[in-house]
Amino acid sequence: MSVTTLLAISLGAILTNNFIFAQFLGICPFLGVSKKIDTAIGMGAAVTFVMGLASAFAYGVNKILIALDLGYMQTVAFILVIAALVQFVEMFLKKFIPTLYTALGVYLPLITTNCAVLGVALLNVQNNYNFIESVVYGITGGLGFLLAIFLFAAVREQTEFSEHPKAFDGFPIALITGGLIALAFMGFSGLKVW
Amino acid sequence: MNVKKQFKEGLITQNPVLVQLLGMCSTMAITTSIMNGLGMGVSVMIILTLSNIIISLLRKVIPNEVRIACFIVVIAGFVTCVDLLLQAYLPDIAASLGVFIPLIVVNCIILGRAEAFASKNSVGASALDGIFQGIGYTVVLLILCCFRELLGNGTLAGRQIMPESYTPALLLVLPVGGFLSLGALIAAMQWALAKSEKKKKEAK
Repeated sequence: MSVTTLLAISLGAILTNNFIFAQFLGICPFLGVSKKIDTAIGMGAAVTFVMGLASAFAYGVNKILIALDLGYMQTVAFILVIAALVQFVEMFLKKFIPTLYTALGVYLPLITTNCAVLGVALLNVQNNYNFIESVVYGITGGLGFLLAIFLFAAVREQTEFSEHPKAFDGFPIALITGGLIALAFMGFSGLKVW
Repeated sequence: MNVKKQFKEGLITQNPVLVQLLGMCSTMAITTSIMNGLGMGVSVMIILTLSNIIISLLRKVIPNEVRIACFIVVIAGFVTCVDLLLQAYLPDIAASLGVFIPLIVVNCIILGRAEAFASKNSVGASALDGIFQGIGYTVVLLILCCFRELLGNGTLAGRQIMPESYTPALLLVLPVGGFLSLGALIAAMQWALAKSEKKKKEAK
């Protein structure tokens, strides 16, 4: 493992293989929590944090499961780890950083069912990443999510005031917007690191 | 128990994807070919029906505070079963759906129906709800699959349909196509629902 591989993983997770625009992971919060830039950034930051932690913990849990010959319990074990982790983060924030806790509000528990979090844990196993690679992939994947949701919220604030056909009100116009941003992100696909 | 009403709700008025806007990730990600759509739709339908039945049976036992965690464990159990079965008997489909099979655990349709329906209704009604919502989901997947596979690849279920001279609109099988075609489909649904409501009002 070298700095180059880590850099390649990071660039891939943020730009070329963005969790939202290329892999379709975490679309629900992406569409649900992107009406305002502030909340979008809060959500993105919280997801980044949980994705990094989940990658680290899931790596350990997976090692234990394999040692016990319980590989088929992976999905169940991962979702339980993530649920516990989110609960723990929630309690920690409530006690020590109450301002951030109130800012995130209801979005915090919802991270449990964010498929980007479970997705990153499963992808780490699939790609055979070691511990450091897993954590880097988790954090940069989260940063990719943050970038995507920030850009999307910024565009969406504008489309609120634009004129469009009535049938496209709400989600359809948001999806079309997302599609156009995804198109822009496709431009990164030729990007190569060394 | 009103079978007809539930059927109509699952397929049209309360369609999980087009009206409730649940389960978007898998809908956009895997609708690039009909086999994928069918595999995903049927898997979700089976898991949704089974988890609805179990959760409805347990609805009086599960304490309210930890219900979400209980639901997820039930769902994760069924997802693991389906995942293993697919890997054993339909390895091609399992390979092309990849990470999206285990991700059914966090598919909001299943948790959403558990929370909104199965935890409040009888076993029979919950089972029907699972089947009909599953059908509604599968139908949407298949519509999107047909559209994207036919125009984006020139094939249907792997068979060449379009004439040789047709240049596939590659864009549609790429992620962009997922966003655009689902957006257009939801818009069409909103248009149709608004129109039928207008008709009803005029009839009154």
